[in-house]
This record gives sequence, structure tokens and C-alpha cells, in this order.
Amino acid sequence: MTETIAVKADRLYKAFGRRPHEVVKKLKAGASRDAVSSLGTAAVIDASFEVRRGEIFVVMGLSGSGKSTLIRMLNGLLDATSGTVTVAGQSITGISAAALREVRRKNISMVFQHFALLPHRTVIDNVAYGLEVQGIGREERLARARTIIRLVGLDGWADSLPSELSGGMQQRVGLGRALAADTDVLLMDEAFSALDPLIRREMQEQLIELQAELGKTIIFITHDLNEAMFLGDRIAVMRDGRIVQIGTPEEILTDPANDYVAQFVQDVDRARVLTAASVMEPVRSVVTITGGPRAALRTMRDLQTSATFVLNRDRSFAGVVRDRDVLGQVKAGETDLRAIVRTDAISVSPDTPLVDLVEPSVGSDLAIAVVDEKNRLLGVIPRVTLLAALGNVSTNTGDLPVIEPPATISISVITETLRDTALEGADL
Amino acid sequence: MNDFRLPLGTLVEGFIDYVTETFGFFFGFIKVVFDGAYEFVDLLLVSPPFWVIVLLAAGLALATRGWKFMAGSIVGLLVIVGVDQWENAMDTLALVLVASLLAIAFSVPLGILAAKSSVASGIIRPILDFMQTMPAFVYLIPALILFRVGVVPGIVATIIFAMAPGVRLTELGIRGVDHEVVEAGAAFGASPWRILRQIQLPLAMPTIMAGVNQVIMLSLSMVVIAGMVGAGGLGAQVVASLNRIDVSLGFEAGLAVVILAIFLDRLTAALGTGDTPVGRILTARKRRAQQALAA
Repeated sequence: MTETIAVKADRLYKAFGRRPHEVVKKLKAGASRDAVSSLGTAAVIDASFEVRRGEIFVVMGLSGSGKSTLIRMLNGLLDATSGTVTVAGQSITGISAAALREVRRKNISMVFQHFALLPHRTVIDNVAYGLEVQGIGREERLARARTIIRLVGLDGWADSLPSELSGGMQQRVGLGRALAADTDVLLMDEAFSALDPLIRREMQEQLIELQAELGKTIIFITHDLNEAMFLGDRIAVMRDGRIVQIGTPEEILTDPANDYVAQFVQDVDRARVLTAASVMEPVRSVVTITGGPRAALRTMRDLQTSATFVLNRDRSFAGVVRDRDVLGQVKAGETDLRAIVRTDAISVSPDTPLVDLVEPSVGSDLAIAVVDEKNRLLGVIPRVTLLAALGNVSTNTGDLPVIEPPATISISVITETLRDTALEGADL
Repeated sequence: MNDFRLPLGTLVEGFIDYVTETFGFFFGFIKVVFDGAYEFVDLLLVSPPFWVIVLLAAGLALATRGWKFMAGSIVGLLVIVGVDQWENAMDTLALVLVASLLAIAFSVPLGILAAKSSVASGIIRPILDFMQTMPAFVYLIPALILFRVGVVPGIVATIIFAMAPGVRLTELGIRGVDHEVVEAGAAFGASPWRILRQIQLPLAMPTIMAGVNQVIMLSLSMVVIAGMVGAGGLGAQVVASLNRIDVSLGFEAGLAVVILAIFLDRLTAALGTGDTPVGRILTARKRRAQQALAA
């Protein structure tokens, strides 16, 4: 399969009640959800999205927002009242029951909120269930199930009954059952919502690892924004049956489509979602290493800071110089900045979550440097920027005044030194 | 107003007459089949000496509940022998077994149908209410006309009377299976038949077995009534004792019914929970075999 789109939903509507088609017709004509409530309940209204292969696509919304209905339309457990669902290039809307079963066996499996294990079967028989339905012989399916059991960390529990397992372990069985079926797409319906917070975090991390290893396409339903932000490559936010925004976690956080989303993301654990790249500031006090101490000193004086970032000739990040050291060099008539560059400045990659920046930021009075994989300086994060971002002071952190480390030597001293040591007196 | 009367009874009578004339051959066929089934089971129970049956019952008791139930069963059955009601009791047991098996054979599929389709449920439910609340004697009248005196009208009346809880509890059991588990079956591409066989029936089994237990109990309670139309067995003894105001015979035959009832009730209740001594041994053995295979 070469398509890049694993699952596609096109203008999906789902209405329950006595006259669902009437409801959809009115909605399409522009009626509101409340206006049609006498005819039936509109659970999903005009939902369109594409899920790319290998992506974790999270559908997030509060209970009653229609997300469970939406996910059940993706594998045909519920029929769409209007619109089409395409799985692996094949439309599953209006196909025969037998063809639909075939799609479920081959292309799309599901993990359930309350695990939905077969209580009368052992763990291994549960994991092998999808394979059994696919008609694979007992020996082979048990062998494959055993591999999956190891993968999800249930070694030694194969012959236990689900009731003998803790909630987290039961959901590993549920996950194992979906993985064993070996479909490209995994639907996960509030899969971790019934678990303890600690177990939930552990399962989320394991899911990300498994996804990286197996490259499955995962459609994950949750009402927990932190979970959505942690897992999702992209997130669709649902409200009252409609998808109000689709975007990456950062887009949703920094650029909410409306007040509802903005209010929703207010409480999110921003430290885990926002990355260094999303809050960093342009670098202002920077000199190249070949510029010499006089240029460095002048930069610091102009910006009134006590330190400046230093770049190598190839623009890669070299370190930081302090005003005292530079002043000393200038007075001594030395010209090589290399001698005084401090390489202990903290540099991080753009993908580092803010939570990992707090400690280094507190331990240093310098801004944190953000560098790419070629060690080029992309931006800096002064402590005040970090605090502002964590505290959600403003969604546009760029407007904040940047306070560089304050100058420790008075401007007049610097100016005097520069004048005294000026070779030609040309600089000033 | 005084001379107006709804001719309901006359209508039903006309209907039964019509049915008797038109479908006589069909009811003749049913009579032969039911009679044959009863005679066969009765032969199995009556022909061996009583201790063979007592031992068999004791074995069943041990396998399903353990030695206490076994001891109780042996004592109870020996009491029946002691009051000289053994053969009657076996006749009754044969009637109960045949009637219950047939009632279960009809009621479980009907219950499944009712669970799968709300329309079917809506039709079946009032019919069950009717069947269950109509005084049982009333069934005997058309049954007598259709099948003549003997065991068969007793069996038919018993089936009709005893079916209702089998249907109801099967429907309840299947509808009560965790919706998500059924969804899981569908989500992995299982056919409705496979979901029924592998998920709904096993998970509904305790409730269905409670229904089976009720069917058997109701069958036993019909035994005396069946005795009135010549079904023989303990029921005939009770009817005879009633006619002769014979307290001692009445008590002995009645006690035999009670002993049979307790035995059958405890036996099927244990099967319903699935937690039987034999079941435990089998599970442990299966597990050991699987672990050996895995190692």
C-alpha cells in the first residue's frame, strides 16, 4: 500500500432518534443542533479529516461531544447517516456486512475503554482472538500471540484469566489483541481513561514506543487534554458534535481557533507540550568569534547586558563571553576571544519540552541557547520568557520585553575603556 | 344488556375443533414422538435395579457439588425406595426430563431470537405472560382433546407452562452481556453467529442456566396436574390419595416429589455457576497442559 492517507472521513453526519435523515437535512441547510433536537439527536455534525499513515491522530472532546460516535463510524460499528469513510483507500460506507467484516479483520482494529476482554478466555486466547476470527490455525496464532504478549510486557501471564490481572495489565491485553490482529489502523476509544494516573502515563509512554517501533496509524479518543497533547501528532477538538479545530498540539495551544478551545487549553500542562522552539526569542546579543573583544564589548554596551553569545565562523554556537573577561582582554590588548569563551553555556535542541528547561534556567543567569542538530544557534530562551510561557501570560510570547542579564559594569567604564584602547580612535 | 355475552369461549372451542380435524395427523405425529421419547427415558430409568440409578445420581452429585450433596442425594433417594415410590418417582423423573428438555429446546432459541430482535421480543413477551398466568389446568383441556388421555397431554401442558422462564432468562442473559465485549467481537470482524457462539452464549450462560433450573422446577410442579390426565407416576399417586383422602399415601408421594425437586434444583444450580469440582479439575489440568506447551 502506497497511499499516505490511512483513514479519511468526508462530511460525516450521525444522528440518532426517530428521523435521523431529516435531522441531517436540516443541519446541512444550516439549522443549529438545538433547533433539530425535537427530531433526533445529532451526535456528529459535518466531520471531515484525513489521518496519515503512521500518525497518532487524537480526537479530543468532553463527554457528549460525539467523539465515541465518530470513532465507531470509522470501523462501521455505527453507520454514518450521511458522508463517507474511507479506510486504506476503500470506502466502507454502504458496503455489505461481509465486506465490512473483511475490512475490520484486515485493516482496522480497536482498543476499548473498559478493555472488553473475553472474561472466559485466557490472556493468550484473548490476544489471539483477532487472528482466530481471521481463520488462522491454532498453532500459528498462539505463536504470534506469544510474541505480542512479550511486546506488551505480559510475559508469564499468557495462561491467566483477565480477572486475575490489574486494570493496566488488562488494557495491555486489549492493546495486544489489537496489535496481534496486525492491522494498519488502531482505533483507541478512551483506552487509558479507566486507569490510574500513574499507570496511564506509563501506558501512554509505552504506546508511543510501540508506535515508533511498529509504525501503526493510531486514532485515539480522549477527554483528557494532557493525554491528547502528549500523544497526538495532530489533534481534532470536538464540541457538540462538530470538529472545531484540527492542528498539532502546539498550534492548538498557541493559536486556539476560538474561545472554547482557548478555555479548554487553559489548564493544560504547558510545560510538557510547548517546546523550546515554540517560545524561543531571536538572538540579539551575538558576536562572531573572529570579531574580537572590542566588538563584543561594544555589543554588550549597546544592549546593556553582561554577556553575549559567540558564534564560530561557520555560524555554529561556540559559547558565551562575560563583560568582565572581555573588558580584561581589551585592557590587556589581547585580540583573541577564544581564550575567554565559556563553553559551559546551556544549549538545548528545539524539541526539548519546557519542563526540561526549568532546572537549567534556574541554575544559570544566562539565557538558554537553542541550537539545531548542526549546532547552529536558532534562538535563546531567557528565564523571563520561560516563566511567561509556563504561566500562560500571553499566547504570543514574542511581545514580551526581553531582559538580558543586566550589565555588571557601568556603560561609562566600558566606553572609557574602548576609547582608551582604541587603536585609531575610529570606532567611536 | 342481560342477554349479551362475549362468545370468546365458544370461539376458542370452535378453533380447537377446527385444529383437531384439520391437523389431526400432525398432532398424531407429535403424540407418537413424545410418547416414544417418554417411553425410552422411562425404560432407561426403570429397568435397571434402583441402586444403579442411586449410584449414578450419587456420582453426578459428587461431580457437581461434592460429597455433602452426594450423601444427601443417597439418603433422599433411599427414602423414596423406602416408601415404595421408586417406580413412580422414576416415571415422574422421565416425564420431567422429557418435558424440560423439550421446553429448553424451544425456549432457548426463542430467547436468543427475542434478544436479537426487539420486534420478536415485543411479540413473544405478551404471549409468555399469557402462557404463564393462564391457570395450568386450562391447557389440559385442549391437550386432552388433541392427544387423548396419557402422558403426552401432560408433557405438552408442562412444556407450555414451563417454557416462559427459559425464554425470559435467555433473553435477559444475552441482553445483559457487556455491550463493549460484543462490540469488540464485531470490531475484530466476527460474524453475528460467531459472536453469539463465542461471546454472548458463554457470558449469558449463568443466567440461561438459572432459566433451565426454573424450567425444571416448573415442570416438576406440573407433575401432579399431569397426573390428573393419566400421566402416571407420583402425580397419579397424589391424585389417587386426594380421591381417597389417604393422608399417608399423599404424604409419601408428596415427599418423593420434594426430594426429586431438591435434587434436580441443586444439580442444575451447580451447573449454572460453572464452579463444579470436576470443572475445577479440568481447568487446572488444561492450564498445566498449556503452560507445558509454552515452556
